[in-house]
Amino acid sequence: MTLGLINANPVVHAKKKRVARPLDDPHADDAVDPLEIYDIVRDIRDPEHPYSLEQLSVLSEESITVDEKLGRILITFTPTIQHCSMATVIGLCLREKLKDCFPAHFKVDIKVAPGSHADEEAVNKQLNDKERVAAALENPNLRQLVTECLYSSEL
Amino acid sequence: MSLVDESFELKELQVLEGHADRVWSVAWKPATGFDGVPAVLASCSGDKTVRVWEQSPSSGSFQCKAVLEETHTRTVRSCAWSPSGKLLATASFDATTAVWEHVGDDYECVSTLEGHENEVKSISWNASGSLLATCGRDKSVWIWEVLPGNEFECVSVLQGHTQDVKMVQWHPNMDILFSCSYDNTIKVWAEDGDDDWHCVQTLAEANNGHTSTVWALSFNATGDKMATCSDDLTLKIWGSDLLTIQSGNGSAPWKHICTLSGYHDRTIFSVHWSREGIIASGAADDAIRLFAEDGDG
Repeated sequence: MTLGLINANPVVHAKKKRVARPLDDPHADDAVDPLEIYDIVRDIRDPEHPYSLEQLSVLSEESITVDEKLGRILITFTPTIQHCSMATVIGLCLREKLKDCFPAHFKVDIKVAPGSHADEEAVNKQLNDKERVAAALENPNLRQLVTECLYSSEL
Repeated sequence: MSLVDESFELKELQVLEGHADRVWSVAWKPATGFDGVPAVLASCSGDKTVRVWEQSPSSGSFQCKAVLEETHTRTVRSCAWSPSGKLLATASFDATTAVWEHVGDDYECVSTLEGHENEVKSISWNASGSLLATCGRDKSVWIWEVLPGNEFECVSVLQGHTQDVKMVQWHPNMDILFSCSYDNTIKVWAEDGDDDWHCVQTLAEANNGHTSTVWALSFNATGDKMATCSDDLTLKIWGSDLLTIQSGNGSAPWKHICTLSGYHDRTIFSVHWSREGIIASGAADDAIRLFAEDGDG
């Protein structure tokens, strides 16, 4: 692994205030709500820094788009720097965290925000190759890193 | 009469439960499913096992006859029966290929092929069962010779793809090997005597090829046409001259015949050309489509 952090001085933002969703919302259960998805992923810890993806502006509410009719979810994230080698790890964390969160027919696409990464196409291709994602999650080192990012906020 | 004039319907016969994780691949055992021989199917999974299912002659339903476990330590990605049906080869993300033999009521792992640096993704037996090909994320294609006593010897390691190789498939009649890859190309490999294998053709974007990962390829019964499918959302049909292929001297070049687009709106992972000439495709849009050629081609 690299000796120094890839991005030693990330810009850290304050956590956005969480809005409680009304309990008597009639559509609370059937719809796949982008804000609900955001709530699930906003606290994932960055692989390199002790901050959440939200705090580092890697993710924001606008990161999630849902097309209910087609059953598609698109998550767009912004790595902290152009040559971030952790981009694929962040993508894996997102997939793993959202794994059992919606009805089976929903398809999830994960991409880096356009222009935010030097190898945008290559990163996007890997993140959306089902076989590559499955194999990566069977790699014990990657698996451990992903687990730390997903569960450290609960410790 | 053209197949296109008939109406086809896919009817679900049964759902086979047993695997504890995603099922990646299935393979029908050769010479079963007709003439009174019960159909046999192998399936492999992310649960690291392979299951063998057999159809009951009386009820018609498939039952699990064997679970091949405690061998692979990661996802079993694909499986392939040898042409005689005596052996079953399984490819795994654990970087090995296992070869199993039916012994009595069970299956025994009789050989483990090592060599790939990481995930093995596909295996293919040649028509005579004398050669086995494997491929994987290490970008290489390996050719193994099948020797007596279930021994396997690597005769060639083929480099050429610049990315993960997704599938290998031998030509149905000739010892010509085809591979398709995350590098968006299909490569054709042939031998010029004495185990000297090399790439004789690459079908890339410039040859009307795919513009993203090519996931699978399949030949028609006569072996003069091939179908490929891709992450670029298309299926492509390729053709070659049958007589030139069969003459064996020099390789007959493959040319793009047509592209089928607009039928799937997500990655097409699988394509298969049946003996009767129907092409089936399976994609991430949860659809299976069946294609037939109309009279004009």
